[in-house]
Amino acid sequence: MELLGRILLPAVISGVIAGAFFTGLQYIEVIPLIYEAETYETAEAAGRSLSDTHGTDSQDAHDGEAWAPDDGLARAGMTLLANIVAAIGFGLLLSVSFVLLSARGRTVVGRAGLLWGLAGFGIFNLAPAFGLPPELPGSEAAALEGRQGWWILTVVLTALGLGLIAFARPVYVRVLGVIPLVVPHVIGAPAPAHHGGLAPEEMAERYIYASLVTSAAFWLALGALTAFVHDRFGSSRRRRISPALSPQSERKE
Amino acid sequence: MARTAQLTTGRHASPDTIRTVRRLWPLFFAALLGVSIIYGVGLANSSALHNAAHDTRHSLAFPCH
Repeated sequence: MELLGRILLPAVISGVIAGAFFTGLQYIEVIPLIYEAETYETAEAAGRSLSDTHGTDSQDAHDGEAWAPDDGLARAGMTLLANIVAAIGFGLLLSVSFVLLSARGRTVVGRAGLLWGLAGFGIFNLAPAFGLPPELPGSEAAALEGRQGWWILTVVLTALGLGLIAFARPVYVRVLGVIPLVVPHVIGAPAPAHHGGLAPEEMAERYIYASLVTSAAFWLALGALTAFVHDRFGSSRRRRISPALSPQSERKE
Repeated sequence: MARTAQLTTGRHASPDTIRTVRRLWPLFFAALLGVSIIYGVGLANSSALHNAAHDTRHSLAFPCH
């Protein structure tokens, strides 16, 4: 139980701070662009219901009876909450990795945390963005299930590839890490029949960079914070948590 | 001495193995929790969850809509 606390604590603390920081960053460019794109969506939906002619097939999750937060404070609050929860989820994966490393005698401190954050950005944002660039609401896209499948595949294989490159032994095996890195892009992401969207193309392009830059800043903050809190409270540098996982016992086996 | 005792335990799980398993479960549990959270925020196909996390999903470029 004690170990579980030492994994959870850095994830929760850094998740709350990095999630709040992320929310602030989103309000600079990302969220204004999303809101602006939604005005095109609403206009299009209004036009469709008036004339009832050729509408796009985009499944709009905004209408329908499902619950949605009201625009304004409620929506901002839900976004803050979702950002924090997501950050805790990502932070847990970082925290687990740090505890595993520290049990093997390799302490992760704040600076190395930046590298881990960069890796998280590469795995969850940059690699998927090559096939599925960040999209504004109202963009043309292939079926959701196919895109989610490709996204999951890309995330898992990129993590595997980076893991091999960073940690594989013997060292020459590290070269093989390149294979899982390129496989998803050789397969290719599911593409829509025709590209485009309701918002102007220039806006869609600005959104790609805004989303990537914001996500990168979020990941760097999350990585550094998780490593810092882990180093303070969760590392086994001061109290050895796991003799069974330590390098010495590894040699014995 | 402890090492010798371990070698003679034969097919039974060694204390080291038991200790490793006991110490690994929090790691598995935490990793599973992390993955479930990411799935819930980013991918779960529930309209209410989607609408609540809409701007987060778009910001982090989870496949959306």
